[in-house]
Amino acid sequence: MKHIDEYRDPELVSRLVEEIGKRAAKSWTIMEICGGQTHSIMRNGLDQLLPPNIRLVHGPGCPVCVTPLETIERALAIAAMPGVILTSFGDMLRVPGSQKDLFMARSEGADVRIVFSPLEALQIARDNPSKEVVFLAVGFETTAPANAMAVRQAAREGLSNFSELVSQVMVPPAMRAILSLPGNRVQGFLAAGHVCAIMGWEEYEPVAEEFGVPVVPAGFEPVDLLDGILKVVEMLEEGRGGVVNAYGRVVSREGNREARRVMNEVFAVADRPWRGIGVIPKSGLVLLPEYARFDAEKRFDVGHIAPQESPLCRSGEVLQGHLKPSDCPAFGRECSPQTPLGATMVSSEGACAAYYRYHRNPFVL
Amino acid sequence: MTEPFSCPLPILRHETVQMAHGAGGRLSQELTARVFTPRFSNRFLDQLDDQAKLDLPSGRIAFTTDTYVVVPYVFSGGTIGTLAVNGTVNDLAVGGARPLYLSAGFVLEEGFPIADLEHIAESMAAAAVEAGVMIVTGDTKVVQKGSCDGIFINTSGIGVLRDDVSLSCRNLKPGDCILLSGTIGDHGMSIMTARERLSFQSAIRSDCAPLNRMIAAVLDEVPEVHAMRDPTRGGVASVLNELAVSSSVGIDIDENAIPVRDDVRGACELLGIDPLHVANEGKLIAVVPAQEASKALEVMRRFDEGRQAVSVGSVTADHAGMVVMRTAFGSRRIIDLPLGEQLPRIC
Amino acid sequence: MCLAIPGKLIGISDENGLKMGVVDVNGTKTKACLEYVPEILPGQYTIVHAGFALKIIDEEEAAESLRLWQELIDSGAFEPDEVPPLPDDVI
Repeated sequence: MKHIDEYRDPELVSRLVEEIGKRAAKSWTIMEICGGQTHSIMRNGLDQLLPPNIRLVHGPGCPVCVTPLETIERALAIAAMPGVILTSFGDMLRVPGSQKDLFMARSEGADVRIVFSPLEALQIARDNPSKEVVFLAVGFETTAPANAMAVRQAAREGLSNFSELVSQVMVPPAMRAILSLPGNRVQGFLAAGHVCAIMGWEEYEPVAEEFGVPVVPAGFEPVDLLDGILKVVEMLEEGRGGVVNAYGRVVSREGNREARRVMNEVFAVADRPWRGIGVIPKSGLVLLPEYARFDAEKRFDVGHIAPQESPLCRSGEVLQGHLKPSDCPAFGRECSPQTPLGATMVSSEGACAAYYRYHRNPFVL
Repeated sequence: MTEPFSCPLPILRHETVQMAHGAGGRLSQELTARVFTPRFSNRFLDQLDDQAKLDLPSGRIAFTTDTYVVVPYVFSGGTIGTLAVNGTVNDLAVGGARPLYLSAGFVLEEGFPIADLEHIAESMAAAAVEAGVMIVTGDTKVVQKGSCDGIFINTSGIGVLRDDVSLSCRNLKPGDCILLSGTIGDHGMSIMTARERLSFQSAIRSDCAPLNRMIAAVLDEVPEVHAMRDPTRGGVASVLNELAVSSSVGIDIDENAIPVRDDVRGACELLGIDPLHVANEGKLIAVVPAQEASKALEVMRRFDEGRQAVSVGSVTADHAGMVVMRTAFGSRRIIDLPLGEQLPRIC
Repeated sequence: MCLAIPGKLIGISDENGLKMGVVDVNGTKTKACLEYVPEILPGQYTIVHAGFALKIIDEEEAAESLRLWQELIDSGAFEPDEVPPLPDDVI
């Protein structure tokens, strides 16, 4: 498969691992903030291949995991309303609310449908004029352009039965928040390659400079990730911060201008609560007032929502890179993919789920 | 002006299934006579009794049942009918039984096109002939529109167990080789892309096939086979985990050894699905003592359905109850049971 | 949130006023909105996420990276990788 297989070459992987080992004289802690990268690292066992002085930590890179419980409860309440078709990416269907998830809601009679694109949700709206179609618009900046286009298109077509329940988050504020936490040990970052395909890497330069850390946009295949780690290590060893692009075939400094233009046409930046972390200022996107009629939060009155998190769940600490999933007391006991306590165990890219699926019990790294 | 009187006799030649076709009366009989009897015809079924009176060879009997609800009911490489026949044949064969007789129960949704039913029955008849089994009894019920997805089929099957083999999921021993008869993920990805055809189009063909002839040949020449399973729902990952747990052993497999077609690989990438978790309907996993592995592979490769047979790993005394895969890079990861419904990943 | 697969654009059309395309990933084809890659041509590779093509893959950059990595391989004293021992407490 072109543009995939070349980046899975075992010989090249070996060589990059060797090179990292040669360059890394000291111990370093590197974080990636991207569920896709977490998944790829765990699935390919890249963390096992790295020398022991390189510690990979997983950040809050899974938008499914950081969607506030309140949003899940709201989605469940909307799905239960008569005449509503709730559409969503598949990942969201198993995320537990206080009592149930969207799969269970479906088995109780709610019309919940998996879609691969917000444009499919738009088509469902066109095909079902007498129903209210709601799309659970979850994602990072990679998905925001798609979600924005769907709303803009709905407006252009004059669709009156389409809305989005928006839970969009952005990476750089999270990076800042992590670096600002007392006791932070993260020294360098891999930046999410496809987020950067949209946003470019300009917005990381201030963070990199202010905190003096290396930030390296990287891809998802084993070669891409290891190349990114190598570049971070090189910069750390040289004591310099800054942004160096390791995903040149997809990421440019300015990103995708047209995508950002449409995002800015539809969304505005706002403060946003991240599940397990708390409110991070200016870290989310909300629909602009002129698109209020497409905002499911305003369109549906769901009454009072009182979300209740499990007291045992320590997703927040995992998301901030303070706790390894396998070090959580509930890991593999009360909490497993079959009986998840929090979103990091449910989402296929949550760090806890990745650890459970691929490593089960602690590997000695 | 008076309207001409038209006698309200029921329409006898329908193009779609009606409630009356399941009611046991004239229309039921006509449906059976039109669709099933001519195609499944054999000396047992043709008696048209409520039961099939069978002659069974001596020996222990194996008995299995399965219900098929696949959507869409026609796909590249088969129909819900071919799945039903081959699935039941294979469930008997992997236990070391020679499949003989099948029953076929149909639940049809009101409005189901009879032409489609004929097509499915035709495919079942052909599958039965290919596998060397007979469909000897059956039943048809019709439910109201909306009560089922077009057609559901239950098949039960009877076979006679060979007395020269002892196959069990508890038989695995450290050192045994894990053999796989061919490429994985074909059926599941064929169905998934067919079902989501508005979003994805592919020419992936289901691998639906009967395995009993290949299995019989393997057992003839390698009676020491320890266990056999066909990795249907849940894929290779499910079967290997069940074997490991049942026998309290570990299983090591090698990512490089697992054959996956390019088009299946592409579809899995696109949907974010692991081929090890995807259903197969014409593949065999056989666990054999190490010294018998080459012979078993040679036998499998004589058959179309086994021409890409390979050894994918081995049984170990380590990490009992767990399946561990060595990746192409030399790292290791656990191959877990799939959780449930395959959720295509976006994230 | 990043699952975006590279594939080849094989056809362009218009749907509801949006520029749409068919992207081929090793034989499986998927629909993708091309509004964010307006200059894309059939035969070029792109990454598709949530039904949208996000970027045209820069073949020159890709080739350059591969070239540099090949140099890395050629320059190194490459030993065949050894299988890392499985830690005892993976049970």
